[in-house]
Amino acid sequence: MPEQNRIQKIRNHPGSASFLATILAIFSGLLLGFLIMLLAGPSAAGNGILVVLTGGIPVALNAAKQLGQIFYQAVPVLLTGLSVGFVFKLGLFNIGVAGQYTMGLFFAMYAAFSFPLPSGVHWVVCLLAGMLGGALWGTLTGLLKAWRGVNEVIAAIMLNYIGMYLVDMWVQGNTAMYEASRARTKYIPASAQLPSLGISGSNLNIGIFLAIGAAVLLWIVLNKTVFGYELRATGLNPDAAVYAGMNSRRNILVTMLIGGALAGLGGACTILAPAVIPGSSVTYEPINVIAQAGFHGIAAALLGGANPLGIIFSAIFISLIRRGGSAAALYGYRLEIIDIVIAVVIYCASFSLLIRELTEKIGQKRTGAGAERSEMTKKHRTRKESGMTDRGKKEGGDTAWIR
Amino acid sequence: MEEYVIEMRHITKRFPGVLANDDITLCLKKGEIHALLGENGAGKSTLMSVLFGLYQPEKGEIRKNGRTVKINNPNDANRLGIGMVHQHFKLVENFTVLENVMLGMESCRFGFLDRTEAEQRVRELSERYHLQVNPDALVEKISVGMQQRVEILKMLYRDNEILIFDEPTAVLAPQEIGELLQIMKGFAAEGKSILFITHKLGEIMAVADRCTVLCKGKYIGTVEIEKTTREELSRMMVGREVQLTVEKQEQSAGEEVLSVEKLTVAAKHGKKPAVHNVSFSVRSGEIVGIAGIEGNGQTELVYALTGLLPVAKGKLILRGKDITKASVRERSLAGISHIPEDRHRHGLVLDFSLAENMVLRRYREPEFAKYGFLKKDAMEEYANRLIARFDVRSGSGADTVVRSMSGGNQQKAVIAREVDREHTLLAAVQPTRGLDVGAIEFVQRELVECREKGNAVLLVSLELEEILNVSDRILVMYEGEIVGEFDPKKTTAQELGYYMAGAKQTGGTAKEQTGKKQENKSLEASGKEEG
Repeated sequence: MPEQNRIQKIRNHPGSASFLATILAIFSGLLLGFLIMLLAGPSAAGNGILVVLTGGIPVALNAAKQLGQIFYQAVPVLLTGLSVGFVFKLGLFNIGVAGQYTMGLFFAMYAAFSFPLPSGVHWVVCLLAGMLGGALWGTLTGLLKAWRGVNEVIAAIMLNYIGMYLVDMWVQGNTAMYEASRARTKYIPASAQLPSLGISGSNLNIGIFLAIGAAVLLWIVLNKTVFGYELRATGLNPDAAVYAGMNSRRNILVTMLIGGALAGLGGACTILAPAVIPGSSVTYEPINVIAQAGFHGIAAALLGGANPLGIIFSAIFISLIRRGGSAAALYGYRLEIIDIVIAVVIYCASFSLLIRELTEKIGQKRTGAGAERSEMTKKHRTRKESGMTDRGKKEGGDTAWIR
Repeated sequence: MEEYVIEMRHITKRFPGVLANDDITLCLKKGEIHALLGENGAGKSTLMSVLFGLYQPEKGEIRKNGRTVKINNPNDANRLGIGMVHQHFKLVENFTVLENVMLGMESCRFGFLDRTEAEQRVRELSERYHLQVNPDALVEKISVGMQQRVEILKMLYRDNEILIFDEPTAVLAPQEIGELLQIMKGFAAEGKSILFITHKLGEIMAVADRCTVLCKGKYIGTVEIEKTTREELSRMMVGREVQLTVEKQEQSAGEEVLSVEKLTVAAKHGKKPAVHNVSFSVRSGEIVGIAGIEGNGQTELVYALTGLLPVAKGKLILRGKDITKASVRERSLAGISHIPEDRHRHGLVLDFSLAENMVLRRYREPEFAKYGFLKKDAMEEYANRLIARFDVRSGSGADTVVRSMSGGNQQKAVIAREVDREHTLLAAVQPTRGLDVGAIEFVQRELVECREKGNAVLLVSLELEEILNVSDRILVMYEGEIVGEFDPKKTTAQELGYYMAGAKQTGGTAKEQTGKKQENKSLEASGKEEG
């Protein structure tokens, strides 16, 4: 009997349902992706999907480097994902991660080029500057929402464009930063680059630890603190939060500030990555394109069920299949195929939420009150779709992927 | 053996984890009013949904005039002459009465709607049964009582012989209730058979011929109303003796706790304020009851008092302190407890655990928080204490997700939280809405206990019986104003009812309330408890 109770408890735990939903989403997404690959090139589809799933590690010339790059590219996905997931707990959709990410990237670059600081201090200042940039941009959305009632999605989409054009303008107008002949930024000073983890050929750096640390910290904030309690209460039932005397304006601001700072940190970690070839660095090209990292972050947040710990895995997974996708070029597949697979995974995630809601509804008919939940899931759904409609451009080589 | 029009024999209906109907037998005679009585979740609505074809039972059979029938959907039910007035009306709001009645049975000529014939029939029916419905009126413009009559017309238009009424009086004013009961009696006299679901014993005693009682999905028995008493019915329903009237000590009120001075609150829609120039006071050791038909400003009055709505004009003074502009938290700390009208909207975070919900108004107090971190152990302990004291039942104690609890226990949780915290004024809005007799008894006793401890209580209720039973002083609200003050010992439900429907009129029929739309949203809360 107690054994049965435990099983019951695990089965009833909300976490297990969302975990199942995630697994289901990934599985059906990959299945559909496989079908698409079959259509695109039937002969190599089997090998192709295997390469995608393994992140291209088995076929890479340097497996360690490939693994390193997977984790390196997971950092911005993870940090922007955390941003989206955290803000989502309050019931808001932070589609503005892309803008906050770009702002963070620029602030970090600015600190890197403008403050001549000793190494060991310089990159720390640059990271903090990046967080500040993202936080400013996030807070702007929060201010509009809290004081003027502007829908955060609309405000954030606008701010994405404003931020991107501003940054591109600032970059091009800054001779210390911009190398007009190459249409990209100059190499970041070595003192501003993050400490490498020492995998040769890989940009992997301490950023991954910062990101995972941030995830754990967020989890603690959400589940153990008074602030997290207010945040969750507001997200689950804003009316009850008001009734309980919570200050919704302040909570919106603080949450957007934290969300923005996370996305900004993502931007900073990307641009400050240590160079693979000494004397060079990651660079930024002001080509008027919204940063794609933000949209990957949205995907990671949804796939991770907006749970900080879940997002760690979903971000790494997304990075893995993206790297795998690049490697699938060996079999003649283009990266667009992988974008489709990711898109399908996300769509399936929303479907599995739907399925979960349906089963819950049947179970709850008597206890009543499915209304709020379905409201929430509706939000989920529309949010997901809006995230999908604005996917950025494809990515190219190693420097352009930060876009 | 008597002739039954409908026999539901040995009906068993199971939902995942719950046996909603367990071997229930209900037989309906021709021309009788048969009441169906039971607590929340007793299985009344499930049983009626089975009869109306919304659910299929696992076991049992349904017979119409002795012949076994299978009812797969409401259309089948309709063909068999079974009609139902749902608790939440199924009307198209921006259609006229006539269009609503015709809907699904449109008479056509050359592909065009033929209204004339239908209109004539609707007028005929309306006249014959004294329904006084205007077929051309827009449904959204007529009162709730009239909307209900449209639902009744729909059944009559379809020549239904078996009429199911699912808690029809819950939304009506006393006068309207009286009229509805008369209409029902008229139907029965014409040979139509009526199934009448209700919580209210008084109505059963007034109109029903027989009554079937369900308890926790089980059949308890069927009794002749002539040979039974209210006490017996409530005992059958709850399974124990229930005190129907709350016992109260004589007690004189103390100093003034709350003073409301010329309060005006803007309405959400429209220019007319929801609360207009209202002044009254509540003293310690006193329960002030506010009676009124739903939508006459009671909700807004309490929202303004607790800080959920801004005050447009006037002043709120709590124990000498002006709280007109104070935030919700400040008011809460100043000693206002609030049992909200809509527990799902305001009172609870349904996806939080019981422990998390129990501290919803106190989580910042040092007892539960330190250095910005929540003290989970203290929360759990506190929740367990409240659970024990208020007998809140749940699947797994303090860890239970509140959404999974029954409506009655959710309400108990809210009441436990608000009553237990330090307070000087308790604003209780519809604290017993949708609760069964046993739970009502409990809640009313808690209110009286608050009063005996010297707290001030402001009780807003649509149930006149409750207002009369519990209050020390009664204020009646009509269209945002207080139209009368009464001593419960010297007034009657009838007198209050006239004031509730607009003091100066004599008839007090539903017509006068035209245009007053019911807030359907808050009604849903009470509807959901039904099994």
